[in-house]
Amino acid sequence: MTTVAMTVNGDSVSADVEPRTLLVQFLRENLLLTGTHVGCDTSQCGACVVHVNGKAVKACTMLAVQCEGAEVTTIEGLADGDALHPMQAAFQEHHGLQCGFCTPGMIMSAVDIVNRHGGAPDEATIRKQLDGNICRCTGYHNIVKAVAAGGAAMDVPAREAAE
Amino acid sequence: MSETGIGARVRRKEDRRFVTGAGNYTDDVNIAGQAHAVFRRSEHAHAAVKSVDASAALALPGVLGVFTGDDLAADEVGALPAGWMIHSKDGSPMNAPGHPCLVQGKARYVGDPVAVVIAETQAQARAGAEALEVDYEELDAVIDLTETQSSSVLLHDDAPKNTCYEWELGDKAATEAAFAKAHHVTRLSLTNNRLVPNAMEPRAALADYDAGTGSYTLYTTSQNPHVARLVMSAFLNVAPEHKLRVIAPDVGGGFGSKIYVYPEEVVCTWASKKVGRAVKWTADRTESFITDAHGRDHATDAQLAMDERGRILGFRVRTTANLGAYPSLFATCVPTYLYATLLSGQYDIPAIYAEVDAVYTNTVPVDAYRGAGRPEATFVVERIVEVAAREMGIDPATFRKRNFVKKFPHQTPVIMTYDAGDYAASLNRACDLIDYKGFNRRRRDSARNGKLRGIGFSNYIEACGIAPSAAVGSLGAGVGLWESAEVRVNPTGNVEVLTGSHSHGQGHETTFAQLVAERLGIGIDQVEIVHGDTDKVQFGMGTYGSRSGAVGMSAIAKALDKVEAKAKKIAAHLLEAAEGDIEFKDGTFSVTGTDKSISFPEVSLSAYVAHKFPTSEIEPGLKEGAFYDPSNFTFPAGCHICEVEIDPATGVTDIVNWVAVDDFGVVVNPMIVEGQVHGGIAQGVGQALLENAVYDSSGQLLTASYMDYCMPRADDLPDFTVDTTVTPCPSNPLGIKGCGEAGAIAAPAAVINAITDALGHEEIAMPATPQAVWRAAQVAAREAAE
Ligand code: FES
Ligand code: FES
Repeated sequence: MTTVAMTVNGDSVSADVEPRTLLVQFLRENLLLTGTHVGCDTSQCGACVVHVNGKAVKACTMLAVQCEGAEVTTIEGLADGDALHPMQAAFQEHHGLQCGFCTPGMIMSAVDIVNRHGGAPDEATIRKQLDGNICRCTGYHNIVKAVAAGGAAMDVPAREAAE
Repeated sequence: MSETGIGARVRRKEDRRFVTGAGNYTDDVNIAGQAHAVFRRSEHAHAAVKSVDASAALALPGVLGVFTGDDLAADEVGALPAGWMIHSKDGSPMNAPGHPCLVQGKARYVGDPVAVVIAETQAQARAGAEALEVDYEELDAVIDLTETQSSSVLLHDDAPKNTCYEWELGDKAATEAAFAKAHHVTRLSLTNNRLVPNAMEPRAALADYDAGTGSYTLYTTSQNPHVARLVMSAFLNVAPEHKLRVIAPDVGGGFGSKIYVYPEEVVCTWASKKVGRAVKWTADRTESFITDAHGRDHATDAQLAMDERGRILGFRVRTTANLGAYPSLFATCVPTYLYATLLSGQYDIPAIYAEVDAVYTNTVPVDAYRGAGRPEATFVVERIVEVAAREMGIDPATFRKRNFVKKFPHQTPVIMTYDAGDYAASLNRACDLIDYKGFNRRRRDSARNGKLRGIGFSNYIEACGIAPSAAVGSLGAGVGLWESAEVRVNPTGNVEVLTGSHSHGQGHETTFAQLVAERLGIGIDQVEIVHGDTDKVQFGMGTYGSRSGAVGMSAIAKALDKVEAKAKKIAAHLLEAAEGDIEFKDGTFSVTGTDKSISFPEVSLSAYVAHKFPTSEIEPGLKEGAFYDPSNFTFPAGCHICEVEIDPATGVTDIVNWVAVDDFGVVVNPMIVEGQVHGGIAQGVGQALLENAVYDSSGQLLTASYMDYCMPRADDLPDFTVDTTVTPCPSNPLGIKGCGEAGAIAAPAAVINAITDALGHEEIAMPATPQAVWRAAQVAAREAAE
């Protein structure tokens, strides 16, 4: 067992965990933040995406101990009280979800895409950049619309891709 | 139309919890003191299990128990049954051995559960499962569906030739006569590739035994919790129905794969009493690949007979369907009554004869996957119609129109009576939307850029609204396929609707509430849909086969009729008028020809206060239930057109345009219907271009992760143009036909028709990967040069 401490959705948290504990296990099992999902075991589906120090990360592919001292944001921490984040609102408005299982990871990835690309990314960019997130329900059509609309509403200045 | 009534694009009520991470899926549920189960699965496709030595596992920290098939047998826990009886041509009943929940004697596929280890933590259970010493005697395996009937390998002693049944449908003599007078016969051999459904939420179960009451609670990823309870009680003997509560909370996609009862939830439920603890199991993705029921997997030879004008005279189909190692719950009806009954497509075909052999192989069981039989039928019909048109030099749209069913009702030679439709309307609309007339110009433009452009039609039909109970009973179903509903009006006038349907992404909390809000004239936020819990909803048959609108909502409509009738009686007393003079409209009861009126909430309060009407005549309260049994299947149909551009240098197929024009009857929420169509097309395109479950000859599934099984991603798909034409369904009160499976049914044939059109070459198997397309392009180029 080892002690790990980090900030999750603005709260300081710490726990004794086995060193092999994944970040997603820590969030789901220790903190009971079950909005972050697990859809695969090969880092392919993106159901587990959270932000670590402001960047999108697959929480199934990072150890909890690697997040020592980090700022972690999960889907539960995205809204401002009762007011949905513009990307959350856009997914509802554009019917960008059906079963909802991929949705937390999709939204966290989408926010990251807009942060990296700025402004309102075009359809081709959105489709390319979503390649780490699988949705089995929607055929992506409405997810792409939602990301574009959410991006426009987020009001991030347009810029070249940061990568 | 009101802002939230039938036909309105109402934003989904359930979305808020999903976009904020507050959804409640089975793996999100925890019970204090829960233990964890991990299954040890057969590594071999076919092996006798001689012994399981658990001593090392039991010595590990945290391990609470190890159980095998012998333990289940000792407690008389039964095997998973096949729920639909099919008879062979010779009249003999099918050979359908049950699937033991833990291996008894032989393991028959890689993934067949041999033993379960229960431990304090999942990691400890996993360590325990690895520490089990299983002594196998490896046996030869048979994997290929075309070889299994003549193989020396025998999976089940009571299924000779590894055959479940050899079934037929239609008039053989009439079909032979049609072929004898044919001007032209088109022949085609097709493989419908094996798919893995891949709902993004892996299956999970959490079971808890309460020693105080002797009852069990099971949380499970199910499309039909009542059916799960019935099977576990009546066939598996886990617990009597009244002592077993099954809860399916939010379900993260199903596509058929979560209809069936699987070994894991049975074992967890049974084991929770054994170890005296709640027991939780969640599949990892590879486990899902090797245990979730797979889909499709047919090999078919088909022949179509035409007269000199291209009118279809007869159709002959011979199919072998792979059931995998065991007959899963609905597997036996998929390649028969959900397949061959749709072989008439949208066409007026005088004679059809179909033969289907269902066979066992050492692979994961195969069962209904989105469309279930109907995608396989559509692929055969729409491929052979396209090829026939090409061979006869007739434009494929013209060929189809020439053969469409035009008068309704229409009796096909394969059981179904189509009740309503206008197939030319969908086709014409789709041709306009894709600018079919301009296609040749687009093809020339592509050619100038060194690209091959092709266009492909798919005019599908499906039978949904599953199904009239007596009719399916006569065809072998073990259950009735009605649906139930209960409408509970509370004293303050808001409403709970309990339904036996169970959403796993379809948005029932919104669409069902639209119906209720419109009928009762109350706000949509005044309606709560309750589903997925056998302790709350009395009974239900669940959600699959695009049945929840046509059947589930019809049950609600029927219960609403009863609520309205009783409320009118009460309103008559309150308004001191004759019952026959009471009108109910927009949430207000009024007396015809007067200005006397009273609101719905006032009537509901009065129903519970019960001061102002004689309770000797009218019972207090306002709560009504209904069971609705459909009188016919419904027949959604439509036209999908796919346009592709192929780079012959790389074999990459780019879908440049997709038009879908569907007739779903009355549409409750166009936004949700379009979403269903998008998702269905994506799965159909996945089958046509990307997805394939591949076994090696020893029975190892080579595609058991997302590294190897190619799931459609955002970049693989285009925007879709989706439209509808409407002929209301005459057989249910709401006129709904159903929309959930259409895209997956239509899409594969549209894609392959487009690719073969572009290549000028009919030999291309699904999935049409870049490698396969590149090869075919080389062959086509060589043929053209010769
Ligand atoms: S769970 Fe699939 S990528 Fe993390
Ligand atoms: S909404 Fe179901 S997987 Fe995306």
